[in-house]
Amino acid sequence: MDWSIYLKPLWLGVGVTIELTLYSTLLGALFAFLFGIGRLSHQRSVRWASISMIEIFRGTSLLVQLFWLFFALPVLGKALGVDLRLPPVVAGTLALSLNIGAYGAEVVRGAIQAVPASQYEAAKALDFTPCQALWRIALPQAIPEMMPSFSNLAVQNLKDTALVSLIGLGDMAFQAERIRNLTQESVPIYTLLLFMYFGMALVITILMRLLELYVSRWRMRRG
Amino acid sequence: MLFGIEWDTANDWVFAWSILPILMRGLVVTVQATLLGFVVGAILGLVLAALKGARLRVISWPAAVLTEFLRDTPLLVQLFFLYYVLPEYGLVLPAFLTGALALGVQYSAYMSEVYRAGLESISHGQTEAARALDMAPLRTFAVIILPQAIPRIIPALGNYLVSIMKDVPVLSVVSILELLNVARIIGDRTFNYMVPLTMVGIIYLILTLIASAGIRYLDDRLPRHGIPLR
Amino acid sequence: MQEMNNPSDPATQASNPMILMEKVVKRFGDVTVLDALDFEVARGEKVTIIGSSGSGKSTVLRILMTLETINEGVIYIDGKPLWHEYRDGRLIPASEAHLRTMRKEMGMVFQQFNLFPHMTVLRNVTESPMHVLGLSRQKAIRRAHKYLDLVGMMDHLDKFPSQLSGGQQQRVAIARALAMHPNIMLFDEPTSALDPELVGEVLTVIRRLSEEHDLTMLLVTHEMEFARQFSDRVCFFDKGVIVEQGTPEELFTAPQKERTQQFLKSVM
Repeated sequence: MDWSIYLKPLWLGVGVTIELTLYSTLLGALFAFLFGIGRLSHQRSVRWASISMIEIFRGTSLLVQLFWLFFALPVLGKALGVDLRLPPVVAGTLALSLNIGAYGAEVVRGAIQAVPASQYEAAKALDFTPCQALWRIALPQAIPEMMPSFSNLAVQNLKDTALVSLIGLGDMAFQAERIRNLTQESVPIYTLLLFMYFGMALVITILMRLLELYVSRWRMRRG
Repeated sequence: MLFGIEWDTANDWVFAWSILPILMRGLVVTVQATLLGFVVGAILGLVLAALKGARLRVISWPAAVLTEFLRDTPLLVQLFFLYYVLPEYGLVLPAFLTGALALGVQYSAYMSEVYRAGLESISHGQTEAARALDMAPLRTFAVIILPQAIPRIIPALGNYLVSIMKDVPVLSVVSILELLNVARIIGDRTFNYMVPLTMVGIIYLILTLIASAGIRYLDDRLPRHGIPLR
Repeated sequence: MQEMNNPSDPATQASNPMILMEKVVKRFGDVTVLDALDFEVARGEKVTIIGSSGSGKSTVLRILMTLETINEGVIYIDGKPLWHEYRDGRLIPASEAHLRTMRKEMGMVFQQFNLFPHMTVLRNVTESPMHVLGLSRQKAIRRAHKYLDLVGMMDHLDKFPSQLSGGQQQRVAIARALAMHPNIMLFDEPTSALDPELVGEVLTVIRRLSEEHDLTMLLVTHEMEFARQFSDRVCFFDKGVIVEQGTPEELFTAPQKERTQQFLKSVM
């Protein structure tokens, strides 16, 4: 069993997996704040739009969403006369980030609602607008609360990137399957693959923990 | 034609109506896979939780590492692993069982955490009180701890049931004819992916809403302080 | 139709009460907390409000700070309506923009301090002047230094609230409110959440404030001894109305109404 034959092609896949995880997690975080804060909006249209997005992307399978964006959207586009064919990278990133954004939205919403009402009152007494109160007072206090859940979601996102191999994107899982097809040696390749994901997940967990410590700096100080 | 049922591509609405029975066949497979995966996961999760709670570090520590390992690796890769690797060791299972097994293995890790958290949340005071009353450990567990843990465990397990259902489409890679796979095949053959895939999305939404409502109902009905014993 | 007072006329200004509440009703669901309340505070007057819990005393402060709405009645701050505004000579319910303008007249100190935990002492005090009043960073810091010096917290500029005692936090809260240059300062039971040995330092600051500044001050407290020294007038609230009011000597030593006597007996 010569491990080196497997490492090089897998390495190509690692770059794709890392990029995909990074972009979809960042974009997903953006969606999470967008949907989560929108869910708390006083305007009914914004609130309902956010709830819809959250329920749709939490209530359907990620693979369904992925396939829909990759296979079904172009068909819809043709009917509308617009070219909506998404390259696998775009479809994959979009599906992953919308999915994780929907789950993250609930985390964001919960953390913002956990900020004590008295903080909003103090902000109002100082004549901050509701927008300023959210941005300057509530969010900085809510974000440390979100971090543990965000850490889990980031790892979940890493695992979900494996699914984009099914629309032909050359990530780790895709490369592994390709190699298996060529060499027919399943055990070493898939064992290695499992450990590679495991290792990356641990790295992500550590990074998220560091991030958590960074945003919680003010919470750590005790008189 | 699929499963012996013809479809009609006259227009989108007729098409949708005609493939509905075909999709329903796929839905049946999805439900079967979900239930079987859930049962396997619940049982394996119990085993894993028991191992993790063992007093011997030699047993509990590898179990904990295994749990973490299963939680941090993708279902897809675990599925491929089981699908390709098991036969090499002489175990040839039909694809459906391999798929259900993969689901069960992946979710056993999550469910073992549910068991552990549910049991641990019942205060140690309960165990101490029981010991002070000279109750045997097994009886303590069955009559004191378990009835109080169940109302916390069941809704959490229920949530994972829904998650399993949403992960079933991954099984399509081993040619299991679940809902998404069926829709994709229809799309492959008619080039109209929009209708079947959108229908699958809607069906999943409906299923999720029903399941969530069911779990909420269960949560309300289960007495908060434990199954009452007269 | 309400007659418009012209606040900029010096004669009017001298005779205008700073706070004027006319027949104010506040209900929470079925409970009437303020019952057609008439209440007046003169410019620069120091008023203490006492009463048992549920009497509505905190609600008065919260309404003035626009934290609670009113169901009926009109309130004037320095001649200008608070919860209403003038449109074509008539009073209509105030818009958010009007409320934001009026809010700047009031500053409030809360029982639970409500400092922003993720900001240093200095930042707590500069944040609002910079982002609400639009002061430059330099000006805001200078202003913050002035008031933090007044309350004796200049040695703690870079500390976070979690590193301070309750008394220290409350003093920072006072500086934070003062930094907005309000004309009226509202104190809602400022020492009720403090350990007994920390109460003194906060009361000292409040007394200093009353002696050195021309602010109109409204204080809700259970500290009767302090109220006696600090106030120009003491009001006893019960069940949403003012039962009795007068100078500290009048109210504490010779209360007229029976309810006042009962209440004072229970707390002194």
